[in-house]
Amino acid sequence: MSIHIHKEIESLKKMILEMGAKVEQNVHDAVVAVDRLDVSEAKRLIEQEEEIINQMEIDIEEECLKTLALHQPVAIDLRIVVAILKINNELERINDFSVNMAERIIDLHRLEAGKFPFDLIGLADIAQGMLSKALDSLIEMDPNKAREVIAQDDEVDDRHAAVYEVVKEEMKRSLDRIDVIIQLPSLSRYLERVGDLACNIAEDVIYLVEGVIVRHQEE
Amino acid sequence: MNPTDFESVISVKELDFFYGQSQALFDINMEVPKHQVTAFIGPSGCGKSTFLRCFNRMNDLVGDVSITGSLILDDYIDINHKDQDPIQLRRRIGMIFQKSNPFPKSIYENVVYGLRIAGQGKKSVLNEVVETSLKKAALWDEVKDRLHTSAMGLSGGQMQRLCIARAIAVNPEILLMDEPCSALDPKSTARIEELILDLRGDYTIIIVTHNMQQASRVSDYTAFFFEGKLIEFGETGQIFTKPSLKQTEDYITGRFG
Repeated sequence: MSIHIHKEIESLKKMILEMGAKVEQNVHDAVVAVDRLDVSEAKRLIEQEEEIINQMEIDIEEECLKTLALHQPVAIDLRIVVAILKINNELERINDFSVNMAERIIDLHRLEAGKFPFDLIGLADIAQGMLSKALDSLIEMDPNKAREVIAQDDEVDDRHAAVYEVVKEEMKRSLDRIDVIIQLPSLSRYLERVGDLACNIAEDVIYLVEGVIVRHQEE
Repeated sequence: MNPTDFESVISVKELDFFYGQSQALFDINMEVPKHQVTAFIGPSGCGKSTFLRCFNRMNDLVGDVSITGSLILDDYIDINHKDQDPIQLRRRIGMIFQKSNPFPKSIYENVVYGLRIAGQGKKSVLNEVVETSLKKAALWDEVKDRLHTSAMGLSGGQMQRLCIARAIAVNPEILLMDEPCSALDPKSTARIEELILDLRGDYTIIIVTHNMQQASRVSDYTAFFFEGKLIEFGETGQIFTKPSLKQTEDYITGRFG
């Protein structure tokens, strides 16, 4: 084994962090665009950003496979490559949710949706905070920070569950706006999924640092 | 730290080893798992080959050496006891070396060499041992039609398998392998590795290897040595995915050594 593998791993880390930063920005832009029902921003996310992230995902996967095949990493090196391979996939899926949000914007704009009957931005702040902290835990290789992300998951889940109650009431009150209202739980759902996938990234970081698989464990 | 959830065949306790005044092994304690493959890894000079040679007293041949502590075979045989006959011991604990060393005799005579020395002269017995040993060493099909031709005409990989057949012929319980593939090409290496996996279950195998991938492919347990000390001993899967100690991790990931 040589120093060469460590250069490959450094380059992989750089690639995944670049992708992470880009996905984080896309989620942020999607949330701002939802708040403003900004169709042109939504179109940019759908037409440009998705393709960029998809290509990044493929590039990182190919580099990971090449590193596994050519260097047969073990121990911490193996765990890093496997974690990057998984985080790569989580990030691509998170970006899909920013695209899904952008698609909803176009519909909601067309339907002239007004103010949302619940605090979507509040939920978005928590989900984005989780993603941001999960990526920080990766950069800093900090499992404690990763555990803080996982601890926040229930709050996002609870807020998302509460949205259904608000929407049910809203539907009863405003039958004429049902086309708009019916779309709102999807937005909340996308953000809740961003939180879930941020937790997955945090779990991957814990595995990377400690070698322990914490997924599917009772608290 | 050491795993204990297996049946042990040799128990090593507080083993120190000296070449003259220079100490080569320091307080080694480990249990050797029965009918499993144990790999010894570590940088050159870490003591792994010296330790391997302790198991069948091959260090006796080196000269000015001394050893304290014990290696106990089957709970009662003290390998280092002065009354222990090393020749008897080596029948139970065979060895395969880095460079294959067939005798300049026929394939047949190489395999039966140990039996003849032990006084076995019965042709039917020898014939049977030749066939079963060569079959176990995965060499029978390649040489069955030329058993009485010189072993020196075999390829490097075949010679090494012949040496394994010769070791097996005296029906040992333990096989010590000191870098058995380091002089072989990848195809012959793969055959020897396959053979090691086949022999596991019938024999206890201890293999010293510089090739970390080989250790991870063929062994059930791995022991990492550094500067004469046993640093970490554990299941191979654990050692190569999540070693307990940073020193082990740094070595197997190529950060030192």
